[in-house]
Amino acid sequence: MSIFVAFHKEWLELIRSYRLLVVAVVLVFFGLTSPFLTKFTPELLAALPTEGMTIEMPPPTIEMSIGQYVKNMAQFGVILGVLLTMGSISQEKDKGTAAMMLVKPLSRGAFMGAKFLALATMFAISLVLAGIACYYYTMLLFEAMDILRWLVLNTLIFFYTLVPVALTLLCSTLTKSQAAAGGIALGLLVIPGSIGSILGYGKYLPGELNTWGTRLMQGDTTTSWIAFGITIGLIVIPLLTAWLIFNRQEL
Amino acid sequence: MIAVRTEQLRKVFGQFTALDGLTLSVEEGTIFGFLGPNGAGKTTTIRILTGLAHATSGKAWVFDKDVTTNRNEIARTIGFLPEEPAFYAWMTPREFLDYVGRVFGLPATERSARANELLVLAGLEESAKRRIGGFSRGMRQRLALAQALVNRPKVLFLDEPASALDPEGRKEVLDFIEQLRGQCTVFMSTHILADVERVCDTVGIINRGRLVTEASRDALLAQYAIPAFDVEVDQKTKAELIPWSETLQHETWVKTVSIEGLVAKVIVNDVETAKRELLASITRAGLIPTRYEVVRPSLEDVFLHLVGQEEGQA
Repeated sequence: MSIFVAFHKEWLELIRSYRLLVVAVVLVFFGLTSPFLTKFTPELLAALPTEGMTIEMPPPTIEMSIGQYVKNMAQFGVILGVLLTMGSISQEKDKGTAAMMLVKPLSRGAFMGAKFLALATMFAISLVLAGIACYYYTMLLFEAMDILRWLVLNTLIFFYTLVPVALTLLCSTLTKSQAAAGGIALGLLVIPGSIGSILGYGKYLPGELNTWGTRLMQGDTTTSWIAFGITIGLIVIPLLTAWLIFNRQEL
Repeated sequence: MIAVRTEQLRKVFGQFTALDGLTLSVEEGTIFGFLGPNGAGKTTTIRILTGLAHATSGKAWVFDKDVTTNRNEIARTIGFLPEEPAFYAWMTPREFLDYVGRVFGLPATERSARANELLVLAGLEESAKRRIGGFSRGMRQRLALAQALVNRPKVLFLDEPASALDPEGRKEVLDFIEQLRGQCTVFMSTHILADVERVCDTVGIINRGRLVTEASRDALLAQYAIPAFDVEVDQKTKAELIPWSETLQHETWVKTVSIEGLVAKVIVNDVETAKRELLASITRAGLIPTRYEVVRPSLEDVFLHLVGQEEGQA
């Protein structure tokens, strides 16, 4: 299967270009620091000379630590997802490597699919490492969490992260400029998300997955399957669209 | 057998017609020089034949397989060198050849052997472990040729393979192509006439998206040969050159005689009579010839003649 051949190359590229390392280090760093900062921020602030000023901080809780972790993973997931995907197809088209390889028996679907799979694997591994780091420190500083629920939370964050990857991959297919691809993708991600929050349909958007996971960690088992379905749609539809467009494109 | 064929191929980009009913055929086993000025439609033709672009109308075949409906099958039988080959800079040439081998589904042992063989052929065995990012243009071009040969293609498409190289790099690449004679069909586009004259046995001339002519190189040169002779004389007999030329002008088999320094260019009406009479005439006039030769037409003459004619008609 040519997708495995292309995946092998993509994976090697993520390692050699240090992208895998960068993503893993960034996510692990924020995985580690989330419980740490939650725990020690009140103490650090209390130690500061405040001269007449009183800073009221609620006592640190495990929920605050989880909330901080989810926020960090979601933010950096989007940023890294866009940054690392924006050049994936556009750059290869612009440089000519796509033309060089796609005259060979390598299908465009495999070429594109391998890129998505490699990026998804990179985020999965990085999130596993970040999740382990955060779990360990939370256990040390607070208490042990429910492992199964922690796993579900991280799986939901993973799916949330795949949305910017899929959308940016579509944008990267549409243009030959990686800057343009990144810009369009950010626009597509930020604008509907912001409007959704204002108009109240945010509970149907991918961001709801993070809320769902956080709720679950607090013991609330209310599900958000509509948001999950929409998230899957926002991963699959851009990928299918990108594939259809890329198949028709002249290189 | 016909290796490459196009019929009434048209490609339109907005208002610009890149290919305007191109019909050509290339015999198996030949090194075909696809010659034309910049913007004539050479690259567009190759892009359509390799499946990178779609024709607006018309058809194209590689070994009787329609390029639009048999893309995957054709991809297994062709090799392609783009005008500006691009690589993954982080790979070594061995890794790149191995990757191409994987794409063609070659088993590991065959991939390794083929990579070694091609690295030697491309003269890159010493640089096999260096990153491609640090390669010179000539090295990249040779690697690009090597990658196009991984699958032992039946047809090799080369788009301007030597145009951007310095004289040494050009020689290396042309020598490389020369070595392929008899191994596969080479379809080589270029605007450099000397390259075609050196390695190609068949030539197709394209201008404004249309095929101007297609023939074997020798037939083309013979067909458009200028019936002329160059006679260079010794300095000592320079004074006799002008009177001799004036006498020669009156011969029925002579068309014109022009003199430049010690060289007289004699354009004739009848080559066979000229071959018999010219030397005798030189001797009779007391000239001491230091050079006497039938002018060999260059492909440049043919090209300029044909393209000039085409421009005149447009």
